[in-house]
Formats: sequence, structure tokens, C-alpha cells
Amino acid sequence: MEDIILNHLDYPVLTWTVFLPVIGAVLLLFLRNAGVIRWFSLLITLATFVISLPILAHFDKSTYKMQFAERHEWITSWGINYFVGIDGISVLFIFLTTILSILCVLVSWKAVDTKVKEFHIAILTMEAGMLGVFVSLDFFLFYIFWETMLIPMFLLIGVWGGPQRVYAAIKFFLYTLVGSVLMLVGIVVLYFYGGRTLNILELSALQYPFQLQCWLFLAFFAAFAVKVPMFPVHTWLPDAHTEAPTAGSVILAGVLIKMGAYGFLRFSIPMFPDATKFFIMPLFVLSIIAIIYGALVCFAQKDFKRLIAYSSVSHMGFVTLGIFALNTQGVEGGILQMLNHGIITGALFLMIGIIYERTHTRMIADYGGFAHIVPWYSGIFIVVALASIGLPGTNGFIGEFLIIFGAFKAGKILGFLAATGIILGAVYMLRLYQMVFFEKLNPNYETGRHPVWDLTLRETVILTPLIVSIFWIGIYPETFLSYIHSSAEHLINNMSLNTGMAFYK
Amino acid sequence: MLEYTLIPLLPLIAFVINIIFGRNYIKDKAHWVSVPAVIGSFVLAVAAFMDVQSGKVININLYRWIVSGDFNVPIGFLIDPLTAVMLIVVTSISSLIFIYSIGYMHGDKGYYRFFAYLSLFVFSMLTLVMSNNFLLLYFGWEAVGLCSYFLIGFWFDKKSAANAGKKAFIVNRFGDFGFGLGVILVFLTFGSLEYTKVFSDAGSVIGKTISIFGYEVNTITLICLLLFCGAVGKSAQLPLHVWLPDAMEGPTPVSALIHAATMVTAGVFMVARCNPLFSLSHTAMTTVAVVGGVTSIFAASIGLVQNDIKRIIAYSTVSQLGYMFLALGVGAYSAGIFHLYTHAYFKALLFLGSGSVIHALHDEMNIQKMGGLKKYMPVTYWTFIAASLSIAGIPGLAGFFSKDEILWRAYAGGDAGRWLWLLATIAAFMTAFYSFRLIFLTFHGKFRGTHEQEHHLHESPSVMTIPLIFLAIGAVASGWVGIPPLLMEHGDRIGEFLAPVLGPPKGEGSHAEEWMVMGLSVFVGLAGIFTAYIMYLKKTELPYKIGEKFQAVYKLLYNKYWIDELYDKTIVRPVLSVSEKIILGFFDAKIIEGVVNGVPNLIGAFSQRLRKIQTGMLSHYAVAMALGVLVIIGAVIFLK
Amino acid sequence: MVPLSWYIMLSAVVFSIGVIGFLTRRNLIIVFISVELMLNAANISLVAFSHYLQSIKGQIMVFFIITVAAAEAAIGLAILIAFYRNNPTIKVDEINLLKG
Repeated sequence: MEDIILNHLDYPVLTWTVFLPVIGAVLLLFLRNAGVIRWFSLLITLATFVISLPILAHFDKSTYKMQFAERHEWITSWGINYFVGIDGISVLFIFLTTILSILCVLVSWKAVDTKVKEFHIAILTMEAGMLGVFVSLDFFLFYIFWETMLIPMFLLIGVWGGPQRVYAAIKFFLYTLVGSVLMLVGIVVLYFYGGRTLNILELSALQYPFQLQCWLFLAFFAAFAVKVPMFPVHTWLPDAHTEAPTAGSVILAGVLIKMGAYGFLRFSIPMFPDATKFFIMPLFVLSIIAIIYGALVCFAQKDFKRLIAYSSVSHMGFVTLGIFALNTQGVEGGILQMLNHGIITGALFLMIGIIYERTHTRMIADYGGFAHIVPWYSGIFIVVALASIGLPGTNGFIGEFLIIFGAFKAGKILGFLAATGIILGAVYMLRLYQMVFFEKLNPNYETGRHPVWDLTLRETVILTPLIVSIFWIGIYPETFLSYIHSSAEHLINNMSLNTGMAFYK
Repeated sequence: MLEYTLIPLLPLIAFVINIIFGRNYIKDKAHWVSVPAVIGSFVLAVAAFMDVQSGKVININLYRWIVSGDFNVPIGFLIDPLTAVMLIVVTSISSLIFIYSIGYMHGDKGYYRFFAYLSLFVFSMLTLVMSNNFLLLYFGWEAVGLCSYFLIGFWFDKKSAANAGKKAFIVNRFGDFGFGLGVILVFLTFGSLEYTKVFSDAGSVIGKTISIFGYEVNTITLICLLLFCGAVGKSAQLPLHVWLPDAMEGPTPVSALIHAATMVTAGVFMVARCNPLFSLSHTAMTTVAVVGGVTSIFAASIGLVQNDIKRIIAYSTVSQLGYMFLALGVGAYSAGIFHLYTHAYFKALLFLGSGSVIHALHDEMNIQKMGGLKKYMPVTYWTFIAASLSIAGIPGLAGFFSKDEILWRAYAGGDAGRWLWLLATIAAFMTAFYSFRLIFLTFHGKFRGTHEQEHHLHESPSVMTIPLIFLAIGAVASGWVGIPPLLMEHGDRIGEFLAPVLGPPKGEGSHAEEWMVMGLSVFVGLAGIFTAYIMYLKKTELPYKIGEKFQAVYKLLYNKYWIDELYDKTIVRPVLSVSEKIILGFFDAKIIEGVVNGVPNLIGAFSQRLRKIQTGMLSHYAVAMALGVLVIIGAVIFLK
Repeated sequence: MVPLSWYIMLSAVVFSIGVIGFLTRRNLIIVFISVELMLNAANISLVAFSHYLQSIKGQIMVFFIITVAAAEAAIGLAILIAFYRNNPTIKVDEINLLKG
């Protein structure tokens, strides 16, 4: 029997966490009043968060094993089980997802006033899908959740998005679908190779011949690289982000694109260690290109949201670089940076959504001098922007530092190139900040004809948890890193064990 | 333990209170939060200084900051003689600047914000000097950069101010880039980032090399050079000095804070702090000395012809920092720190004095439009004179002792040292010249501004002049703790105090040579003042004549060697246009999107052709069907 | 007794008439009738073979075909009428809405 620790709480915590949003979505069908729907949706997301809380307290940080595992037979004839559990890699993302979902409901309170019911059903389904991906330990279940995420997101972009929404939605859908289908082929191959089992842990424990590893690695890579997104399959991201409604952007940036990196950690590296080693150079090159390329593209952006979207490409380049540095610091930094990026970029998109509600424009040139009229907003924005460029004391620093450290360990030139990303990041972020908030107030807003007001109570409530976590992780990251340590160590040890050599000394 | 932790924490608390409650509640009473906090820090710093003086070295770890695998770095404080001196400098000067700001910033609508940022600045600088490891140093390092961004761009509705703040931050990041890599390399080499561990192990890695692109580079040298990158950025040395003169866009107290107590001294402090590493690498030391020496004369020469009162002082700072690096580079660490300490007083005084002038003239900064202010602003004038005499190296004043120490150490530091000494001596002449050019043009002669300005001329309120007087005392007397042994037995008290950290000064030389160096430095100082006197008080047409005659040189200097333009042309614009035209416009939009949209378009085009087959005519379908049937039957019959 | 070949010939002739009618006529109703002719040509040969081989299977098949043909005719005519209401023509070459 593989190494799992069965759920020892009074209730099946993971099942409840994943399926409560589903139940909520179904119940929403019977509600009519938009106000009631919003409150109900908020209640469900809050309840999901509360239900998942005991995980934090009861999580055993000393082991890499899957915890809170539940296992039930499902389709026995095909060897399919309902099998869920979490370890140090996935545990933090449960909370990232549940918290961001709450914020998404809150931020759409006023912004979404058409098809309110359908919108919230999409959000809740989305939440369930994302949580499901993080907890699944059976490929069948995993793939179902993986594809489940796609549909609500497609609808969120396509129905509640901006003017180019249909183009963006279809592009997003096709991009990800092409990747996922190749992964499906890979899963089928694994199924037959592994003796008709879809158990992820069992399949991870097997040794695969080198050639098979390479093919499977590429098949999975297709799915994950698109999701991350790595260069050069990143072009769906700016379109999708730009057109998506605020909640969509937040989920997309906050959680969805973490799935790719999560996939690398959960499948690619442990299952295909030799192939990972074989492809390591291209992976490094793509990561570095993403870091620099993503940042350079930001220099020339005229659209607020597009700029942040491209900055995600750059930041996710850091994440993949850290993960493939294949040492403890790199992997831990990568995981932490995934969380950080979820918080920071989530906050940035929330803030753009907030200001968009007032100005109805995303063009940077339409702003200017906003620090005069929205001082609180600009104050919070600079905090998030600084976290994004990795200023020490904020969470961005911890992640980026560990990643650059890991990269430097793996190869000095990698560390060097990755560090240039820090300069570039500062350039585009401060340039953006100057153009939006500094200098003279844009005359359009002087007359008061377009009233722009500062943060409301609701908006402050939305941003507070994110700001708190930015500083918390920045000042005392051990709270979060301690969850990751055992699993990251195990991943690295296994890697060097399986390939028969210590990878980088 | 708490009393030491509180030193940086008090300003931080002041920052938090001001930034959260300042806007709506505290408003123009913000100084009641920040000033007591920084004075509290000063008092605690003095207490810590006493502890250190009694022989204690305080090294405490608060908690483990980042832990990952074998990487482990704490948040902790180290207070040794070097830190103690820095603490006194930072907190005492900050306190005076804070008090001065009450008057200077009075009525500004960002009053609370100003005090909040000032407090944050002091917090960052205190963290920087108190940290006991490289990463916390890096924290303070970046944080002072951030504060400079906020404060230089304080009047952010001015485009130039916003640009200058951004420039300061980004140029600093270039330095930090190297510094960060240096920190990582330190850990990979020593397995720790704590000073005590690293410095005690420093000897064990002598001769170790590290390969980069196939070249074997000495590890220590590489570490030192990378760390020095950071110092170059933060202390505005060539070639990253460009941000500092632009930093003048900030309110004057900020300039004083940046130039005297915080920020720019960080680089000097860091190199001094890492002296066990630097001492092991001849290459790194030479680099430090050469960069320092060249910068000192380079910046001084620019200072000769500038007309903006604050810019002149800014270039003077760059030049003086060059001196400090020169001292560090020749191994005279304590001389560098000594100069840092005296410089802090007279430079803060110069800035606050110029702030007083600017305040009186309602934001006029061009010295060509001033003149004759002596009778209107006596306190400002006399304190300004004290600072200028000090920076010119007139015997008995603070600047004389520290500058002389540096010149002597450079002279005694071997062949390369001689050349650098020569540069520094020429720079000393220039320093004296431009300092007094500034004084003569500003305070003497006739007033050249508008009548309205003249009508409003007045001495600044006492909340501004009292800090000036205090600083003037410092500018005069702060050097008395470092009297060279030549003049007084055991006079170099600061050198002895710092010796446990920085080691005894190196260099050999006879008394006669030392007298010569000292005499020459006094001579060039006086000569500089005299030249300025001739040119700007006696024969006022002379500057124009010289300017006419050496137009090329004048233009070169006036335009600051066109360094900004050079960077703009070679780095800023190319990067921006490459990113806009090539990367975004061509690569992203054409190539990648070309493939992404191209494949579906290709399929679409094919389908366009294919759909022509569907004519919609029933008979066509029927014929196709009939033919199909025939073909199948034929196949069945004939292919059997 | 009539030989089997005669029945087959008859069936072939009827089928050919059906095909030619189907291909050449433009009136949709004639086209329908032609389709019926082809179906019934098949029926003739099925019944003939059934009798010849003394097997009931062929005749069962015929019943199916008749049923299907009836259903098909009913639906086809229904569509035709529905179509005629919108677009008063029953000429095949004027009905080309499905043109690609």
C-alpha cells in the first residue's frame, strides 16, 4: 500500500471542500432575486473556506505523505477510484483558491449585473474544478476536474467579458484544449503501462523506460506549458486576461495558471525524472526567455490589464525556472512564488477592476495623476506593485530570491539572467505607476463629470487579506514555507534517487 | 534586547501611524509622531554606543527569516563599533533634519506623508546598518532605495520629480542586481550569510576560483566586485552616479537626508563592513580605489560650472563619496568611515542651508539669480560658511581632519595610491573653489533676483535655524575625535574605536611626507577659495571670459559629460524601441500570433474551397450518389 | 412458370426507370415517386428470390421496406408541404438552401 494518511477529521474534509461549491451552484438554480443570489454565493464561498480551515491546523508538516486522504471505489471494472488527498505542494493552493473565490464574489457585487445567477454558478463551478484538481489522486478524477475548469472560464470570458470576448474565449479554449487532449493521450498510455490503474501515486512509483518517459513528458508538457503559460504558447493569456471580467482575470491569474506549474511538480518531475533531466536545457531556456520577454513586452503596453497579463508571463517564467532548477530552494521558491503570484496578480487585477468600475477605460493614457483623487487606492496599489517587483519585506522578494538562489545554484548564468528580470520588472511597474498615478491629473477627471471615488468599505475588505498576506509572507515566510518543506525535499530526493545521481551538487 | 530592537522599530511605528492615520486624523501634527520617534532612536543609539564603548558587541538573532533546505538566514542585529558610529550619525542627523522639516514643509498638503516617508527612510537605514547578515542588509538596501523613490518623487505632480524618483530607484536596481548576486555567491561560498561566520571563514577560501564562461575567476574577487556593484549604485559612483543629481527634485530636507545620513553612505558602510573580504582581494581593492578616485575628480569638475544651488552640492556629495571609496580602496577603512561621519554633518548643513535660501527666495535655485543674501540671512550665512570651510579642508574644522587622513593614506598606499592622491588633491582644489563660488554668488555681491523676491527676503524661522546651528557645531567640531597622531598623541580616537572591526590603517611614510601632504591639502584648499574670491567677487567678468575661451570644456562640464544623454541613447531608447517594435510589434504580434491564428486560418481557407462542392442541387447529389454506387459495384465485380 | 431471370429483368428495368427519373426530373413529387419505384424494384427481386429459394425471409424484408417507404413518403411529403408554404415552388433546382 502506498504512503497515505487517511483523513482523521470528523468529516471528509476534502470532499466537503470540493463539493460544497457544487451543491451551492445547484441550489443557485432555484433562486431568483439577484441580491439573494449574491449573498448566497458569498455564503457558500465563505463556508467552503471555513470548512477547509481545519486542514491548516491538522496538517502534518513533518511528512511528505498525502494527507486527509479519502478513497472509495468508483468504476471498479476500469480501475477508477474516487481518491483524494493533499500534501505540502497542494495544501496552500486550497486556501489560495477558497480565499480568491470569496474575493471574486465580492468584487463582482456591483460589476456584474447581467445574468447574475449564471455568473455565480460559473464562479462556484470554477471553484470546485480548481479545488478538485489540487486534491485529485486519480487520473480520471483529475482529468474531469481539469476539464471542468475550462467550461466556466470559457463562459466567464465569453459572456461577461469585454468587446473582444468571443475571440479571446475561443482562443483560450482551443489553446488549453489542444494541450489537454495530448495529456489525455499520455494518461491513456500510463493507464495501460501501469497495469490498468489510474492511481497517481502508484503510477508515480513506477519506473518508465527512457523513451516512453520522453514521449509522456512531452504529452504532459503540452498541457502544462499552455496553462502556465510558457513562452511561446503564452499569447492566449493577454487576450483572455484583457477581455475577462475582473473575477475571471483574478481566477485565471490567481489559480488557473498555477495548474501548469502544479502539474510539473505533481506529474512531470516525479514520474519522468530522466526525461526532465533530458529536456532540462530547453526548459531553462524557455523559462529565461519568458522572464525577459514578458518583461520587455510590458514596456510597450498601452493597456493596463494587458501589461499585468504580460507581467504574469514573466513571473511564471520565474516559477518554472525555480521548479526546474531541481533543488530545494528553487522548488520551494517556485511553489511559494506561485502562491505569491496568485496574491499579487490577483490583487492587481482586483484593483484594475475596481478602478475600471469608475473610469470605464483600460488604456493607461486615459489615467494620470490619480494619486490626487484616489490616495488610498494609489497607496495600496504601490504596495502591490512593489511586491510584484520583489521588494524585500514583501512576499515577492522571498519567492524571487529563493528562485534566483536555486537557479544560481543550478547554473550561474541562469541566476544572472533571471536577476535581470528584477531590473526590468522595476522599470515597467514604476513606469506604469507613474503614468497612472503621478504627474498632473488627467483633465477628464478634473471637472467632476466623471466622478472617481476612493476605495469603498467593500473594496477595502476585499484587498485587506491580500495586503496582509503580502507582508506576512514577506516578513515571516516560515508560516507558509513550513508546509512546503517536507514535500519539496521529498521531490528533490526522489528525483536524485530515481535518476541515480545527485542532480546538482 | 528590546532597547536595541526599538532603535529601528520606533521610526517604523511612526511611519505606520502616520501613513494610516495621517491623512484623516493627524494631518499637520504629523511631526508630533515622527520627531519623538527619531529622537527616541537617537537616545537609544547613544545608549547602544555607550554599551559598545564599554566593550560589548551586541549580536542578537530575533527569528529565522527564510529557511529552505540548507539555506537559512535570520533576522538579527549586530551592534559593534562600526554600527555604533553609523547609528549615531544616522539618528543624530535625521533628528535635526526632522526638526528642520517642521519649518520647511509647513503648509505642504503632503505634510503627513512627508514625515511618514522620512520615518520609513530612517527605519530602512537603521535596519541596513544594524543587520547582522547580508540578506537583512539587502532588505535595508532596497528599502532605502524605495524611500528615495517616494521622497524624490514627493511632489509627484511634477513630471520631473516623478521621473527623478523612478530614475533613482531603477539606477539603484542596476547596482542591487550585482549586489543580490553577490549575496547569493557569499552563501554558496561560505554556507552562511551571517557576518560573523562569513568573515571568520574568509581566510579559508583564498585562492579558490569559480568558473564563469570557462574563465576561472577568484571567488573572493568576484564576490567583492558584485557587492561593490551595489555600492556603486547606492553611493552614486561612476558609472551609476546619474540618479543623485536628479534626486534634487525632492524637497530639500530629503536631499539632506539622502546625501548626509542615509542612502548614499550605505555603499561606503557596506564596503567597510565587508573589509575582511575586500582586504583579501587586491583586484577588488584597486577597483574600489580607482572608482573612488576617478569619481571624486569627475564629479568635482562638473560641480565647477553648475548653477543650480542644490546640484552643486549634489556633485560635491558624489565627489566626497569618491574620497570615501578611495580611502576604503587603499585599506584605510576607518579613514573612510571617519570622512563619512564628518561629511554627514557639513553636507547636511550645506543642504539645509541651501534649503533655507530656497525657502527665502520662494523656490529659486539658480545661484546666478541670488546674491547679497548675507545681510538678510545671517544665521544661514555663517553656518554655510562653517560648512564650506569644513569641506574645503581648512585646518581645525572637521573636513580637514578626515580629508587629510584620506589623502595621507592614499599617498602612503603605494604607486597606484600616489596617482589617486594626485587626483584627490586636484579634486580638493575644485571642491574649495566651487564651494566658495557658491557662497560668493549666493551671499555676497548684489541681489540679482526680482524685486518681489527681494521684498520677501527673510531669515528662516528658528525651527529651521536651530538645526543649522547644531549642525554647524558638528561641522566644526566633529573632526576633533580623529586628530592625526602627528598633531596629537592618541588624537585618532575614532580610528582606535573602529580598529576592532576595521583593523589598523595601513601604509607607511615618514613624518616629513605626512607634513607635506597635509600642507599641500591646506594649500589647495586656500588656493581654491582665493581663486573663487578673485573670480566671483573681484573680477566678476573673468568667469565669462574663461567660459568663452574654453567653450568646449565648459560645455562638456556644464552638460555633465553628456552621460545622461549617452545612457538615454544607448540603453533607454534602444531597449524601449526594441521591446515596442521588435518584440511586441513583430515577434509577439506577427510570428507567434501568426502561427496561432495562422493554423486556424489555413484550415478555414481549405474549408472555403471544400464547401464549393456543396452546391445545394439535389440532382448533383443524386448523380454523385449514383456514380458512387456504380463505382462500388464495379469494384465488387472487377476487383474480385 | 415464369423464370427467375424475368423477375430480375423486370426489377432491373423498374429500378432503372426510378434512377433515371430521380436524376432527371425536377418536380419534387416525381422525384419522390421515382424513389418509390426504386424501392419497389428491390421489393420485386426480394419477393422473387423468396419464392425461388422457398424462404420467408425475403418477404419479411419486403414488409419492412413497405413500412419504411410509407413512413419516408409521409415525412417527405410533410417536409415538402412545410417547405412549400414558405417558398412556393417544388422545383428541385430552386431548392438549394443547403448550398455551401
